[in-house]
Amino acid sequence: MSARIVAPVLMGIFMLALWEGLVRAMEIPPYILPGPFLVAKTLVSDWGTLWPALVVTLTITLQALLAAVLVGVLLALLFSLSRWIELSLFPYAIILQVTPIVAIAPLIIAWVDDVNVSLLICAWLVAFFPILSNTVLGLRSVDRNLLDLFGLYGASRWRTLLDLRLPAALPYFLGGLRISGGLALIGAVVAEFVAGSGGRESGLAYRILESGYQLKIPRMFAALVLISAAGIAIYLLLSLVSHLLLRRWHESALKEE
Amino acid sequence: MPLVRVRNVSRVFANGVQALGGASLDIEAGEFLSVLGPSGCGKSTLLRLIAGLAEPSAGTIEWPLGRPDLGFVFQEPTLMPWTTALANVALPLKLRGLARSEREARAAEALAGVGLEGFEKSYPRELSGGMKMRVSIARALVTAPKLLLMDEPFAALDEITRRRLNTDLLELWQRTHFTAVFVTHSVFESVFLSQRIVVMSARPGRVRSELTIPAPYPRSETFGTSADYAALCRLTSAQLSEAMAA
Repeated sequence: MSARIVAPVLMGIFMLALWEGLVRAMEIPPYILPGPFLVAKTLVSDWGTLWPALVVTLTITLQALLAAVLVGVLLALLFSLSRWIELSLFPYAIILQVTPIVAIAPLIIAWVDDVNVSLLICAWLVAFFPILSNTVLGLRSVDRNLLDLFGLYGASRWRTLLDLRLPAALPYFLGGLRISGGLALIGAVVAEFVAGSGGRESGLAYRILESGYQLKIPRMFAALVLISAAGIAIYLLLSLVSHLLLRRWHESALKEE
Repeated sequence: MPLVRVRNVSRVFANGVQALGGASLDIEAGEFLSVLGPSGCGKSTLLRLIAGLAEPSAGTIEWPLGRPDLGFVFQEPTLMPWTTALANVALPLKLRGLARSEREARAAEALAGVGLEGFEKSYPRELSGGMKMRVSIARALVTAPKLLLMDEPFAALDEITRRRLNTDLLELWQRTHFTAVFVTHSVFESVFLSQRIVVMSARPGRVRSELTIPAPYPRSETFGTSADYAALCRLTSAQLSEAMAA
């Protein structure tokens, strides 16, 4: 095993041991700071409530990411087809991106009857911009000479898009996707916080709020652990997808020689 | 009748720079012609105009025998990094709507023609600079064009690789009978390769003089070290200096 794995694992074990030791030595009550053992135990004992909540949050996250990919790529294609569409729409995409989601979430939740749909919209709003801007950049970063070559052989716009622009944009798109994956989760959690009630089913953020009210701090920590784990899993999964798609040809996926 | 008749062609870029200032030139069918000139003399622009990749600002380009199929080799290999050597070479055929099996067969043949048999499944990044250039040439030749336009294709390669490619290019030209137009800034390269050299002046470029290289083909390393070759290089070099001073 390389130092890249051993070092952080050892560090993690050390920090957890330190935490547990301090909590015990100073007799900190669990409603202030539970030790890692108690958090782990709560994770197991409360699995029945936490797991469904995780599924709810993950479902919204993945739906939002999917919608972000669809809308982001579609808009990017439109932008690449028409300079006018890009000039007229891009500023608004930026406005949507820079406006804090916590500030718009109450409005969206007030306007949309279905809480789940409003959560989805919030998560989507946060997630779609990196995909849009990266894909636009990618579609534009095509080798000029290759474009000339396609022109020389009379390739249609459609062919050029399919065989040249889309593959050239793929690494950029995947970079955006990795950012958006994490953002979709954050968006979903933030929106759940703002919505408070949690809709038909309750997600992890709602469980955190609820645990806070009830001073069930170990459960709050357990929910936090799950959110982090979900974020890491999403990132790793998208990195794997990116690696598999690019490993044969793109500089970013190559091992050093 | 020439294959291409270039008459008083000028090209002014959008930023006001005049790349070409009334260049005239005939290209005969089947010949190996080099266009020699200093950097920035508009020789690449001339090639792009002939290929139809840009329009002349003034002057005409005529095709008395009809506009033939043409191939273009860029200064860089200009390959699609996301696909194999075979798919890269097959691209022109794909864009022309040929069926997969036929275009792959022809692409494999073209790859073999440039000495890259066995590298069909390789990705561009797995190939050396010289091999990538070979793939690029195979792609340009896969449609069996009458006219092959090359824009300083070997300028970025090392001396040894360039010599190999020069010899192999001549061999291909003798075997396949295309018309070759080879843009270069190297006196040695132009003399080694061509039957005829047109020398261009500095920007705005025009054709200053023309030389015939009478040495017979096949030309080998022996020609490259002969006294004849040295004399021709001296002559060409003098013409180039004159053109640059003018």
